[in-house]
Amino acid sequence: MTRITLNRRRKNTLMGLLFASPWIIGFFCFTLFPIGASFYYSLTNFNVFQAPRFVGAANYVQLFSDESFYKGLYNTFYMTIVGTPVYLVFALAAALLLNSKLKSISIYRTIFYLPSIVPLVASSLLWIWILNPMSGLLNNVLKTLHLYQPNWLGNSSLTKPSLILIGTWATGQTMVIFLAALKDVPRYLYEAARIDGAGAWARFRHVTLPTISPVILFQIIMSVIYSLQYFTQAYVIAGSQGGLNVVSGGPENSLLFYVMYLFHNAFFYLKMGKASAMAWILFVIIALITWLLFRTSRQWVSYGSE
Amino acid sequence: MRAAARRPAGRRFLKALRIRLPHVPLLLLSVFFFMPFLWMVSTSLKSITEVFSLPPHLIPRVFEWQNYKLAFERAPFLIYTRNTLFYSVAVVIGFLFSSPLVAYSVSKIEWRGGRILFPVILSTLLLPYPVTMIPLFMVFQKLHWVGGFAPLIIPAFTGSAFYIFLMRQFFLTVPGSLLDAARIDGASEIRIYRSIMLPLCTPALTSVGIFAFLAAWSDFLGPLVYLTKQLNYTLSLGLHAFMASHTVEWHYLMAISALFTVPIVVIFFVAQRYFIEGIATTGMKV
Repeated sequence: MTRITLNRRRKNTLMGLLFASPWIIGFFCFTLFPIGASFYYSLTNFNVFQAPRFVGAANYVQLFSDESFYKGLYNTFYMTIVGTPVYLVFALAAALLLNSKLKSISIYRTIFYLPSIVPLVASSLLWIWILNPMSGLLNNVLKTLHLYQPNWLGNSSLTKPSLILIGTWATGQTMVIFLAALKDVPRYLYEAARIDGAGAWARFRHVTLPTISPVILFQIIMSVIYSLQYFTQAYVIAGSQGGLNVVSGGPENSLLFYVMYLFHNAFFYLKMGKASAMAWILFVIIALITWLLFRTSRQWVSYGSE
Repeated sequence: MRAAARRPAGRRFLKALRIRLPHVPLLLLSVFFFMPFLWMVSTSLKSITEVFSLPPHLIPRVFEWQNYKLAFERAPFLIYTRNTLFYSVAVVIGFLFSSPLVAYSVSKIEWRGGRILFPVILSTLLLPYPVTMIPLFMVFQKLHWVGGFAPLIIPAFTGSAFYIFLMRQFFLTVPGSLLDAARIDGASEIRIYRSIMLPLCTPALTSVGIFAFLAAWSDFLGPLVYLTKQLNYTLSLGLHAFMASHTVEWHYLMAISALFTVPIVVIFFVAQRYFIEGIATTGMKV
């Protein structure tokens, strides 16, 4: 008997390993090894052509007195701290609307979702054109309404709000997730709240929000991780102003995001050591923020008895 | 029913109005979401003089259909399209091979490693791309693979946390008793996986395939790092390079952007169900 279960257990372990082997191999080659190597590189002076030379913490020390590093951090945190709440509140509001019982709701859902699947380079280009100060769609609409027409992507204080506007246009993903969560809220909870005399706002505040809070937490975390690595849109927009081979961070470096500056260091200035140090700092920041979000979430996320 | 019929007509009208009230914000938002698409197509069909004529018209006075043909002749976009298609299909094959295998291991085989493995797989979601980017670039450069597609395609064959998670969520809904019955009949795990699990889970496989295709089709940073030869450019890179040299030719830029977007919209309309279900299962909770 024990022999059979022992054999079976061994067989299961073997099969488990066999089925998981693609990921295990990938984990060692494409995750664990590069993480280690990246940390080693971050302690070296290293351009692609010569072997890395050990310099200790010099890259980190240098970064802490590098103005562009702080600029990149500031711009990136701006997108995270301002962008994330804007996206999530907007997506939740849209999902609440999409949750109403109307016959034409699937048409609305399709229209709301479509922008989120447009390739980023195409949508960035489209928005550069929409936000064009003279011939763009937005400013011409503002003109007919006799409103002020700003130079959206040319004014350093408006570039990031513009990017958030573009991001809001493409929140369809989050919307659909919230919509699925809203449909999962058990009906009897609403009925019970109604019997207790709760109005629409009270039902939303005390039934809907707590029930979908785990989904909200997950979306906050994913959105924060994503926005801390913000790159493509800014790279395309900054490139549209400075040209392809010019290292550009947009007007007054207002579009110089952290990963963009990292990319410049790695592939334009060939400072691979410095770029690796930046990657590690980003890694630590993301790990810290995720940990913090999980910790504080205990106070507001409720996992039901289900 | 009866009570409603007895209610005065005015109140019934108010109720009907209240039910339809969401149409107002829904329509306003639809304009916000849909106008950019119209603007893209409209610009792509205008002549260059009309593109910059003020005030702009949404409907072009003359439809310049040849913009699409001319834009494609301005740069090797046909080659870029072929490259993008090749890259996307290869990545889809990779993820469809790896993700269900790994998901099966962590959800349907009873072994201690599975319980350790799954949280580790999920934790890789936190790993920022730049951390692994530089060392992997160095490795692929030593192998002389930089410039080609191999560095972008090979990792797909080892799976990714997001797709493994999606497959696992789906596998969990398959009752274990079904698999145990097959095991008692002497079917091997590989046999069970191939003849029971995979056929049962085609919807999840479709979702993974679609997401992987979209991600590769639109990918920018990966190709930007590795596809340094112009002949290997994908549409993302080609369009980006074209932008830099043709900054003001918005009719061409929009024509190519539109053609770049169309396949994705078509896939969405054909497979809408898999999009919505796939997103709903992955985005909810762990």
